[in-house]
Amino acid sequence: MVSETLQAPAEALARARATLESVLDPEIPVLNVYELGVVRFLEASGARARVGVTPTYSGCPASAVIRREIAAALRASGFDEVEVVEVLSPPWSSADLTPAGRRKLEAYGIAPPARLTQRGDPFGKPRRCPRCAGTDVECVSEFGSTPCKALYRCRACGEPFDYFKCL
Amino acid sequence: MSARAEYVLRLADTSLVLAQQLGAWVGHAPAIEEDLGLANVALDLLGQARLFLAYAGELEGRGRTADDLAFLRDPQEYRNLALAEQPNGDFAQTIVRQFLLDAYQQELFAALVSSQDPRLGEIAAKAARETRYHVRYSGGWVVRLGDGTQESHGRAARALIELWPYTAELFDADPLDESMAQARIAPSLAALEPGWRAAVGAVLSEARLECPPPAAFRWYGKRGEHGEALGHLLAEMQYLKRAYPGAEW
Repeated sequence: MVSETLQAPAEALARARATLESVLDPEIPVLNVYELGVVRFLEASGARARVGVTPTYSGCPASAVIRREIAAALRASGFDEVEVVEVLSPPWSSADLTPAGRRKLEAYGIAPPARLTQRGDPFGKPRRCPRCAGTDVECVSEFGSTPCKALYRCRACGEPFDYFKCL
Repeated sequence: MSARAEYVLRLADTSLVLAQQLGAWVGHAPAIEEDLGLANVALDLLGQARLFLAYAGELEGRGRTADDLAFLRDPQEYRNLALAEQPNGDFAQTIVRQFLLDAYQQELFAALVSSQDPRLGEIAAKAARETRYHVRYSGGWVVRLGDGTQESHGRAARALIELWPYTAELFDADPLDESMAQARIAPSLAALEPGWRAAVGAVLSEARLECPPPAAFRWYGKRGEHGEALGHLLAEMQYLKRAYPGAEW
């Protein structure tokens, strides 16, 4: 085992980053915390790691779970001193989802958030059904199974689907 | 408790009491979509309350956590707006109360973003994004009820008449509000009123509901004056924490 004092800071950071990439959103278990866009900073050196995580919605129960899981994963990968801080500013936005995250969402059956322009509709709607790619969709419920989603239905294939809301 | 901590408690308690009220609809709403809608709004409000309460506890400096403040204060120590604690009543009553307060929080949070207190500013910035969805939801229902059947219109109109007197407190600045506005920690309440009136007026007119006339009635929940309903609400909300001291989730 390599002694901690001999590890280069870059190695610690790479290891911490790789660890965080393995931490998935508990409600949408195809997105890791980077793809979800909730990691605001990461510092790691030696056996210490410090992570800033921003909540998606301020009351989302998954946020606390994500912070706990990040801490546990870092400890499991050899960091003895782990600090996970809640960061509020800048507030999380659905625009923080990475392009890879958006692709994974759609493949998982959740329509990714609309790309909003500066002016106009601040809410947006799904571009297409994630199952059949039909564009004739209707809103069933503005609120879904988690704070970040609304429920839609595709008029072409008749299937209901989740839509990741714009925030 | 410092003036600022007390002001933050006002923000926290209005959101917390509303969250608890909406939570009581879970399993009882007219349709599952409304169950989900009310629960989701409640969850946002609860999250906002937690952020405000944690900050109030830090400002107070006596080591009280958000949980301590939520579960171990008596009704007279609560600083929520009286409108928030008015009983759920029927669905129309809940929706009208929610809309009047959603529209208020929309104005309040938008202004609070530029507070001289950066912590309040960042909580408000987060909350403001969520509040857009709350206003759209409750406002949409006010229109459907008001411009719906004779029965739904009557219920919405009754709720509006019953709740309207409590809206005076929203813009009635007391010495604490004034000192916060002077320090630019909070916006002046008078400055929020035109935006609120415009937003509420637009929805009411689309809903074919009449804006009730101003009333002389004043009740200051934000100064700890509360009715019986808050006691019942807190008794249910605080039961577990008080019956099992030290219990943690």
